[in-house]
Amino acid sequence: MSEVIVITSGKGGVGKTTTTANVGTGLAQLDKKVVLIDTDIGLRNLDVVMGLENRIVYNLVDVIEGNCRMKQALIKDKRYPNLSLLPSAQTRDKSAVSPEQMVKLIEELREDFDYILLDCPAGIEQGFKNAIAGADRALVVTTPEVSAIRDADRIIGLLCANEVKQTELIVNRLRMDMVKRGDMMNINDVTDILAIDLIGAVPDDEQIVISTNQGEPLVGTDCLAGKAFANICHRILGEEVPFLDLEIKSSVWGKLKEIFKKN
Amino acid sequence: MGLMDFFKKKTSGDIAKDRLKLVLVSDRANCSPDVMEMIKNDIIQVISKYMEIDAEGLDIQITQTESDGNNGNVPALYANIPIKDMKHPSSAR
Repeated sequence: MSEVIVITSGKGGVGKTTTTANVGTGLAQLDKKVVLIDTDIGLRNLDVVMGLENRIVYNLVDVIEGNCRMKQALIKDKRYPNLSLLPSAQTRDKSAVSPEQMVKLIEELREDFDYILLDCPAGIEQGFKNAIAGADRALVVTTPEVSAIRDADRIIGLLCANEVKQTELIVNRLRMDMVKRGDMMNINDVTDILAIDLIGAVPDDEQIVISTNQGEPLVGTDCLAGKAFANICHRILGEEVPFLDLEIKSSVWGKLKEIFKKN
Repeated sequence: MGLMDFFKKKTSGDIAKDRLKLVLVSDRANCSPDVMEMIKNDIIQVISKYMEIDAEGLDIQITQTESDGNNGNVPALYANIPIKDMKHPSSAR
């Protein structure tokens, strides 16, 4: 049985594409057959994050309009034989595709893949509706900021209204130094407010920028963000994995200061 | 208030959480301040038929409350309506 997962957030710039690239790559590393679909028509991004931008011939809209066969548009990642990308069209806009066409396209892919990951555009308009139309499950990405959380709440409501069965939260770009001094909401604050299950917490990590620069997802590498994404993949498969200890160990003096602050 | 409270300052993280909680309650209820004002005026009209109330002191807001079923918190309309006189001057009884 294949599973269709949409990665969404409402607000832009919180890490949807990075999450899609890393979760997709991570699932492929776990021997699952994975296809990533960039549904952001007009603002193509997933291909560069994956480092596959030079290999695009056909795109999502070409498949839907019947200009090519599905096989011709899918780009196989040479690093991971189980991983494919269906890129978005750069010169069209969201109205080129309808939710019904997306559902049909996904049904076709279900036969060949275990996981179909949809990178959703920001916003709640046509592009969002297209992306969630065929999804079984949603990963809502947010950062610990008021604007991102407010948008995530709206998205959760819309997913619920559209009967996406399973919705889980990824808190991205946590800065533990700021959380520690109380200048950033912590994971519990965010899950309290949004009231959905947490599937991952990803720390803010310079390595993400470096990996995106190079077009190589960092999932599975030794950095904290790489481990966090690998854990998310295991949880998607239904395994119980404890959350990473992101706490920064503090000195005796730091602990003393904490005691005074807390009480 | 304990002595330690003296040292405790509300952090910006706490402020963010409090602000978000408030804004999400009204987002979820899909209620703009305009709608709230209309509800308030209608409540005043209805109650005023039966008793004299303090329209100035009336306060309504949408809050979260524990649901009787086990589906967690649900939004609730909270209204605080001070009564000036139980018997309305114009009531015919």
